[in-house]
Amino acid sequence: MYRKYLEDGELPFCKGCGHSLVANNIDLALQKNNYSILDVIIVTDIGCHGIIDKSFKTHTIHGLHGRSVALASGISAGINNPNKKIIALVGDGGATIGMQHIIDAAHHNFNITVIVHNNMLYGMTGGQPSEFTPYGFKTTTTPEGMKRIGYDICQIAMTAGASFVSRVFGTGDFSDLLSKAFSTKGFSLVEVMEICPSYGVKANPGMKLKNIVEEAGLEVKTFVDKETDYFKTDVRTNTKRLLLDEEKITINYNSEIKQPVNILLSGSAGEGVQSAAELFAKAAVSSGLTVSKKGSYPVTVGVGFSSADIIISPNQILFTGTKEPNVIIITSQDGLEFSASSIKNSNNAIIFCDSSLSLPETNAKVIKCDFRNKVSSKNVSFYALLYYLNFSKVFPMEAFIETIKNDKLSSRLDWDKLLNFS
Amino acid sequence: MIDEKKIVFTDNSKIVIEALVEAGADVFIGYPITPANLLYHYASKRFPVFMAAPDEITTLQWMTGFSASGKIPVTATSFPGFALMVESINMAYMMELPMVIILVQRLGPATGTATTGAQGDLLLLNGMISGGMSVATFNYSNEIDCWELSAKALEFAVKHRTPVILLTSKEEMMTKKSVNVSQLEPIKKFEREFYSSAEKYIPYKPEKNLVPAFLPLGNEEHQVRITASTHNMRGIIQNSTVEAINNSKRLHFKNLRNISEYTFYELDEDENADTIILSYGITSQAVKEAVLSLRNDAKIISYLIAKTILPVPQIYFDILSKYKNIFIAEENLTGQYKQILFGNKSENNIFSITDFGKMISPSAIIKEVEKYV
Repeated sequence: MYRKYLEDGELPFCKGCGHSLVANNIDLALQKNNYSILDVIIVTDIGCHGIIDKSFKTHTIHGLHGRSVALASGISAGINNPNKKIIALVGDGGATIGMQHIIDAAHHNFNITVIVHNNMLYGMTGGQPSEFTPYGFKTTTTPEGMKRIGYDICQIAMTAGASFVSRVFGTGDFSDLLSKAFSTKGFSLVEVMEICPSYGVKANPGMKLKNIVEEAGLEVKTFVDKETDYFKTDVRTNTKRLLLDEEKITINYNSEIKQPVNILLSGSAGEGVQSAAELFAKAAVSSGLTVSKKGSYPVTVGVGFSSADIIISPNQILFTGTKEPNVIIITSQDGLEFSASSIKNSNNAIIFCDSSLSLPETNAKVIKCDFRNKVSSKNVSFYALLYYLNFSKVFPMEAFIETIKNDKLSSRLDWDKLLNFS
Repeated sequence: MIDEKKIVFTDNSKIVIEALVEAGADVFIGYPITPANLLYHYASKRFPVFMAAPDEITTLQWMTGFSASGKIPVTATSFPGFALMVESINMAYMMELPMVIILVQRLGPATGTATTGAQGDLLLLNGMISGGMSVATFNYSNEIDCWELSAKALEFAVKHRTPVILLTSKEEMMTKKSVNVSQLEPIKKFEREFYSSAEKYIPYKPEKNLVPAFLPLGNEEHQVRITASTHNMRGIIQNSTVEAINNSKRLHFKNLRNISEYTFYELDEDENADTIILSYGITSQAVKEAVLSLRNDAKIISYLIAKTILPVPQIYFDILSKYKNIFIAEENLTGQYKQILFGNKSENNIFSITDFGKMISPSAIIKEVEKYV
């Protein structure tokens, strides 16, 4: 046959291997579709089929075992041009280890063609079974025959959303079928049924490929052939800059503090701990201070404790870790439990604690406050920080009020009660 | 970038993503994982292309596909995801395809604690490439680094056709701080060069600085062969021929040769000091605070903050060799950078300051150093 995409000469496979036939049929099918040589990208991975890349004159890329479909998906999304033909070659071993990639590529409907070389075992490593090995089929490590049925990749790919799926015997000329797969926009998959001459034939003497496939219940047909919306990479040219558009904090106030103050606000999830701490931090910035803030909460963010470490400083903040806090503000039982060790170890801190809570023994100065009775739970973190600020005057109260009022959260707060500290 | 002082309250994740996009990164591919989620979130808003992959192996495979197509991909993950990526990073390394991988360290082993920071992955990075080759690894020390080093790391990756690691940690990526963004100098988009000669393209023929010229898959001028298996200059798989083995060795020496131009560190020396503290990443800020405090107490001491971590720049050894006592502060159990720099043998003058499960505080550093200074 005339070869356009393959180099002349012998192909690198064992005598009688169906992989040679697949390669020749790819060439014929590409000729039928009239692709120019450099519009074709052959993506291979590990397995006997994967050594074909050196025989192609097209672009080639050879990757990891079972990953050719994922790699081809990335190439397809990267090139983003349906006129390029991206063909991923994979064996039944690669399709076993990389099944997720096949399902996912079909699901996305990436513009690629996958050719599964299913010779029903791992040919490169000594003839062990794959998850495609049919029931009863013998391999070097299953001499009694495989005890479970193999995957039907065609059914899987079709269910996942492929545009074109077909199974074919790896005999004779099946280039028309490949040509059809190549011309499909979106994800197409052709499973080529083969028998490995080195291991499959030896382990199953006299067995005919046709019979094996029939007994396995694998239908040789086109399962799906449809026009669909194939994957197109969404390239955005004018995304909004993250820092230029960031809200600038103007320094309108002044703070008298001479030393850093480490504040631990500890309460419950859903009670505004992080929002209140963030706005408190911004207000401190607007008072000319340097500020850091970090939150702690369980991975299930909607339940349990929520705490915030805030450092406000007249100088540069280097270490942002939690030192012994100067101020501990506790608004709930969850918060108390989370901050128990900080409370116990505090010698010089001042603790503002809701009056309903029983504190462990501590040398710190404790101020009991009626946080939860004064305001609703949604307001309690804001109230506690306003209370602390009114008490400590580490920066002007007006800075915090202004920062909160400029935030969309403000309308949800109960301002009649928030500023009543009696 | 801004002509007047502009203070914002932000986290470093935002600075990193903005810097990478401005430097020319095209695509972010990722799978969410704490504490890298903020990077993922900002990337979804800012990157020209953002794709959510179904797992971390796919992430790296898609990134490699984009990179082979001439794009510059970025991802961000933490150890559990990074571990899944390792084989594919080896692939991209062997294929010589540039990309940026941000590794936000958290407490291990295994899933450990997702919301506790750590510096526990450095030895993994140092031995990640089978064969002992180096991967360029940079670590931020502050918000300015998040801006400048991100751009430089991307530049190193593209210029030298290699994956690079931007190493960081939970505390660096998730803590919000007041930042004067007007001190961030504008980043010039990195203009990459593709092979432009009419002569036959040889995909792995080393040119300037041991780096082969790049052409994307799908170009209409020259055939491109890319492979992760041992190969000759033409990209043909070969069983350990001299040419192929030399090609694999070149991957290491390419990084080693070119890292000197990308060696970033902060050195604050007192000429009378015989003690120096070396640190990197999150612990470096505690070291700076400790040194300020020690100097206030009339202690004479120097510090070195490494930002280019791997391959280890020779100049670090030159600097450290001048000192009688060397302290290395890092947040892992066994002193990983110390092991990389000086091996496992105990030396009388080299001390580890380590912790596991919490940040190393300035007071912990001072306590150790005061035993000797």
